[in-house]
Amino acid sequence: MTSVSTDDTARTYEGSQELTPRKGAGAAELMREVGSVLRMSEAEVAALADDQPTEDQTMILNMGPQHPSTHGVLRLMLELEGETVLRSKPVIGYLHTGMEKTGETLTYLQGPTNVTRMDYASPLFNELVFSLATETLLGIDGDIPARAQWIRMLLCELNRMSSHLLFLATNGLDLGAVSMMLFGWREREETLRLLEMITGLRMNHNFIRPGGVAADLPDGWRDGVLRVLDLCSPRLDEYDELLTGQPIFRARLQGVGVITTDEAIALGATGPILRSTGLPWDLRKDMPYLFYDQVEFAAVVGSYGDAFDRYAIRLNEVRESMAIVRQILDALPAGDYRIQDRKVTPPPRARIDESMEALIHHFKIFTEGFKVPEGEVYCAVESPRGELGCYLVSDGSGVPYRMRIRGPSFVNVQALPHMLRGGLIADAVAVISSVDPIMGETDR
Amino acid sequence: MSDAEATSGFEDEPVVDEAGAAAEAQTRFGVPATSSRGQQVLHPTRDQLVDLVRTLRDDEGYRVCIDVTAVDYLAYEAPRGLPPDVGPERFEVVVGLLALDSHERLRLRVQVPAADATCPSLFDVHPGTEGLEREVYDMFGIEFTGHPDLSRILMPEDWDGFPLRKDHPVGAIPVQFKGVQDAR
Amino acid sequence: MGWDMKRGLEGLDHNIFTAKVEDLVNWSRRRSFWGVTFGLACCALEMMAAGASHYDLGRFGMEVFRASPRQSDLMIVAGRLSQKMAPVLRQVYDQMMEPKWVLSMGVCASSGGMFNNYALVQGVDQIVPVDVYAPGCPPGPETLIHAINTIHEQIQNGELLRRREARGQGAGAGLVVQQRDGQPEPATAAAGRGG
Repeated sequence: MTSVSTDDTARTYEGSQELTPRKGAGAAELMREVGSVLRMSEAEVAALADDQPTEDQTMILNMGPQHPSTHGVLRLMLELEGETVLRSKPVIGYLHTGMEKTGETLTYLQGPTNVTRMDYASPLFNELVFSLATETLLGIDGDIPARAQWIRMLLCELNRMSSHLLFLATNGLDLGAVSMMLFGWREREETLRLLEMITGLRMNHNFIRPGGVAADLPDGWRDGVLRVLDLCSPRLDEYDELLTGQPIFRARLQGVGVITTDEAIALGATGPILRSTGLPWDLRKDMPYLFYDQVEFAAVVGSYGDAFDRYAIRLNEVRESMAIVRQILDALPAGDYRIQDRKVTPPPRARIDESMEALIHHFKIFTEGFKVPEGEVYCAVESPRGELGCYLVSDGSGVPYRMRIRGPSFVNVQALPHMLRGGLIADAVAVISSVDPIMGETDR
Repeated sequence: MSDAEATSGFEDEPVVDEAGAAAEAQTRFGVPATSSRGQQVLHPTRDQLVDLVRTLRDDEGYRVCIDVTAVDYLAYEAPRGLPPDVGPERFEVVVGLLALDSHERLRLRVQVPAADATCPSLFDVHPGTEGLEREVYDMFGIEFTGHPDLSRILMPEDWDGFPLRKDHPVGAIPVQFKGVQDAR
Repeated sequence: MGWDMKRGLEGLDHNIFTAKVEDLVNWSRRRSFWGVTFGLACCALEMMAAGASHYDLGRFGMEVFRASPRQSDLMIVAGRLSQKMAPVLRQVYDQMMEPKWVLSMGVCASSGGMFNNYALVQGVDQIVPVDVYAPGCPPGPETLIHAINTIHEQIQNGELLRRREARGQGAGAGLVVQQRDGQPEPATAAAGRGG
């Protein structure tokens, strides 16, 4: 094996994507980096200029992309004065998979397979938003059977639970509470096992498809769900007791990564970040989709906009999701699990053996794909990370002409420099963890 | 979308939604407006874009810029759903806005010609568009004038070409399924 | 009990067993096997699940994933490798100390997976030599554990080191035992079971 050559450094250098050293950055650019979001006036910016440290007092440190605490392949360049972060710049793209380009070559039925791998901690949401956008383009969004919609809600809330449990686990691990990592994964395993029973896979399920869901709920699903709920409820109280009052946990998270409502809105941050500032914006309540207007739940809101609020919000959102799941258990109607519109839905498998038309129909739907009328539409759902949107442009053929997924983590990561400014490096770890980015949907 | 086929119900022609494509001539906030599947769409020109977004933010309550993306219509053969006085160009920059108080969404479609692939940046109005515009530049090559730091964001710095353009290949390598002599 | 010295080492009948050095080295290598954190995408979540309490990697002594490549033996490339990340992968691999092993986890790492496009390296074996491929999208923790056990077996019986010597790679991963004067050939792992 060859040893490390200097060529490697040249190859990992990303040019203008990286943080410009203080010497190379003009005054205007420095002020823009520091003062942009805060809308500082000229006088404030000039005052800032006076107490900027010189080049030899600062150091640019590179965190990532291979790093245990950056939640995937996020590269964060920090300019430090001692332990204090002055400026930072996230460099992303290390997981860019060309999914939007690939999406233009896959049919609408294959689309969920592709998009589900974007936000891989909550894959069913990607499938849901893609399916909703496709159905709106098709014009069948009002005709999806109620049972299918309720099943979608059930799966999405279970997925929200598992995603937030993942957050609790990684948040704990990043702050040093290693046992929280193991506890969070233990609960997540229960949820994943339930999802495996229902959808067939632990992750990247490809279960929510345009037209409904892929299959009906199996026998014994109700017991499975009740088992998970009964298991999780007391354990969540345990984690609450373990972490929320714990002085070290509080000291590490309270007052760290503070963002105000106006700043969050200016930066486009949504989800727990926006709710932690005090604004109760939750798409499930404010612009409801599926049947969220028929279930009772609260949008959990924080007050200080810091990392502790985001932790508390996600912890309580698990409880709210469990309450929603209990209501879904009671409200789930009988019926079809997918729309019976022949243009969209393949025939039942048993009929393929009997009828030639059914075989041709099945063949065409799975090879050529069903055609979607031309047009463009934007649909959004509330994923555990914020507003997950899908902008679909169709030209009337069987593959999307343009498939754009607006990943919440992409925009939330752009809010990181603002939240890291003035904090310590250790706070940087806590803040990244509280934003809970998933690089799959950041880079797509 | 009525289905006249009795057997398979599967049509072989691209389906065109006649009702949605027939755009009525109307304007909102001084620019042509259409409706797409019940969603409001405005069609400002590049020069009108920044002022319109600023007005929408300050006076109409559309405080959040939720998305900035683009579409390359090079290979698009169906009607584009544009109002009659808007000339179609190769690129379209699509800006999504959200009003938190009235719970409404608005979409802006700005035509960008291929010969002069530039568009004014929305950074001064919505700082959150910085990363989104960089992504549009990276994927489509549309430059945003007034953007503080227009560099690639997803592709490596030395990448040639703009991947989401229709004339950029997917880059699939042919996969051999048999007769592979040497493993890679 | 006691030691009949006239019989040499064979006179010791308790608490001592003899073995070849290379077997002992292989035994210790497979049982103190730490990975470097290289989780990229969805497979990383399954890798963490394998390390969690249900599918416990701790029973193999592997629950610790070192962030520093200098302190690890195994690189589990878990997830899709984009073009931008490829030089970083090579850099981390180069920084690992010999002997080192690479496990390509998931179909994206093994062959590009379902993403046959411009953005992904179609298989990490274009960048680093891979010892074991674990297919799946993502492979469940059980598949990952099976792949890890496969590496363990191949370390134990010296298979991987033999292969590397044969191909001229892996300098330093073999074992050279200095013999005393008058003894026959030194025993190396590549030479097999002689000496």
